[in-house]
Amino acid sequence: MSIEVAGVSKRFGDFVALDDVSVTIPSGQLTALLGPSGGGKSTLLRIIAGLESSDTGTIHIEGTEATHLPAQKRNVGFVFQHYAAFKHMSVAKNVAFGLEIRRRPKNEVRARVDELLRLVHLQQFAHRLPAQLSGGQRQRMALARALAVEPTVLLLDEPFGALDAKVRKELRDWLRRLHDEVHVTTVFVTHDQEEALEVADEIVVINEGRIEQVGTPDQLYDEPANDFVMSFLGPVTRLDGELVRPHDLDVLDHDRVLGATPGTVTRVVRVGFEVRLAVRTAVEPDVSVVLTRAEARGLGVDVGSPVWLVPTRGATTVPVMPRATAG
Amino acid sequence: MVRTPAPLRWLLRVVTIGYLFMLIAWPVSLVVRTTFEGGLANLQTALSDPEVVHALQMTGIVAGVAVVANLLFGVGISLLLVRYEFPGKRVLSTLIDVPLSVSPVVVGLALLLVYNSRDGWLGRPLDAAGLQVIFATPGMVMATVFVALPLVIREVVPVLEEVGDEQEQAARSLGANGVQTFWRVTLPSIKWAVVYGVVLSLARSLGEFGAVKIVSGNVVEKTQTTTLVVEQTYQNFEQGTAYAAAFLLAFASVLCIVIVSILRPKDPA
Ligand SMILES: Nc1ncnc2c1ncn2[C@@H]1O[C@H](COP(=O)(O)OP(=O)(O)OP(=O)(O)O)[C@@H](O)[C@H]1O
Ligand SMILES: [Mg+2]
Repeated sequence: MSIEVAGVSKRFGDFVALDDVSVTIPSGQLTALLGPSGGGKSTLLRIIAGLESSDTGTIHIEGTEATHLPAQKRNVGFVFQHYAAFKHMSVAKNVAFGLEIRRRPKNEVRARVDELLRLVHLQQFAHRLPAQLSGGQRQRMALARALAVEPTVLLLDEPFGALDAKVRKELRDWLRRLHDEVHVTTVFVTHDQEEALEVADEIVVINEGRIEQVGTPDQLYDEPANDFVMSFLGPVTRLDGELVRPHDLDVLDHDRVLGATPGTVTRVVRVGFEVRLAVRTAVEPDVSVVLTRAEARGLGVDVGSPVWLVPTRGATTVPVMPRATAG
Repeated sequence: MVRTPAPLRWLLRVVTIGYLFMLIAWPVSLVVRTTFEGGLANLQTALSDPEVVHALQMTGIVAGVAVVANLLFGVGISLLLVRYEFPGKRVLSTLIDVPLSVSPVVVGLALLLVYNSRDGWLGRPLDAAGLQVIFATPGMVMATVFVALPLVIREVVPVLEEVGDEQEQAARSLGANGVQTFWRVTLPSIKWAVVYGVVLSLARSLGEFGAVKIVSGNVVEKTQTTTLVVEQTYQNFEQGTAYAAAFLLAFASVLCIVIVSILRPKDPA
């Protein structure tokens, strides 16, 4: 019981948007599709929803073969980045849409709409038109509308992408709490790694139409499958042919540690509680290191100081590999 | 906004108003004045003339059917053009402009060639089946549909493009089928464009002259529409009747446009 995507490919003309993608999305969880812009996240989500057709491959939703089902028969809730609110209908009518299509009795529809509007904190706006709501309110309305039909899976395409940073963060926490309440299998697209790491139970990293890695936030962060995943999830620097996080480097003022790389500090920037160093070693480019203010003071580093660098014990490192350029 | 100096603003206003007055308001008001010169006499004469009454009915029928046809096909073709990809789409899009660029007289002649019952390519088999197109109502409707076809499409296409298809996709994912999506989502969002297109094509249909004159044969009390009756009465020195009929035509068109601008919301959604 889950969403199973097997061997899905999609081309737009000559452009390969998805290249033989296979992934299983677990039931009842909150899964993030994470990747850079143009990587194929929306395309995959729209194929799952039936809003786009794949060239090859199959889709199973909770055990039902859905590859050739039209969108309206998949019982999938879809939330669009730009809300796709029905502009001529009130908030309540928007939320009731799916139920009215299903010809549910009037009083049942009314009760369900009330319940959902309360869930998304919009009960006092029931009679407004979407144009009279803020972006965040519109998106909550869209979410209620998608949830109204009790979808088997809920798909959200960059649901908070069009909102400002603060509202975004609020809604993200709220989505997490909502999911803990309703437990519907949920997939959301984002290109913000912080959003994915913070909210998701499971993350699928997509790049250039291919899946790079699937795993929990911890797995991805601690055991990135390759240098792409490592660098996409946070800042990295290069030391001795390996990628490592700048705050995972120990800076020494002596050469008594085996394998430490010697270098010279070329730049020191203090930002808030941290101190960022650039260290020139034998190979270009300079290594960047992040220390706390206390660490930096303890070492007494300044521009020109000789230092030795070594990854902290337990640091995640990934060998830098020239990426295969097979078409 | 850029501030225009006051004298220039006034000049622009005077020129615009003068231009519209000389070209539209004054001539049309003269038609109205001439019509009512002797009180209601002209209108009474016209309305008691069976030729005029028949022509008014004919105009009503032809324009009515043509508008319904243009409504259905106009909305259908607009959806096809905006929402679907198919080979020949550009050709279709260009073809739709033909009625705007070709003189209605040419349209009339073209229909005559295809549908006349003597040697018309389609006209002969249709005639054998008992359907006369040319010199009869079907031909007049076709000519009117032809000249007014682009008006609905030109109004609806840009609105469909602007609205986009996300709302339709949302409706689909909520379980609506194609028909339900059209009635509940697409149509309400293009409603005013459709209404406006219909009014324009009604006004155009009421006023069509050239194409209808050729395909109708202009047979008195048979295939004569109001515009044709205006020409004929005018040439027969029945000025009063001609002006009265012309007034009725103009009145119907202006009425449509006024009604729509009253109904239309200030901020079309
Ligand atoms: N209808 C289309 N026609 C042609 N190319 C398309 C179409 N839809 C998507 N593409 C292309 O497919 C690629 C993947 O698109 P997709 O929308 O899935 O990316 P994404 O990962 O969602 O990116 P973003 O984060 O910017 O939304 C892009 O390069 C895009 O240009
Ligand atoms: Mg996208």
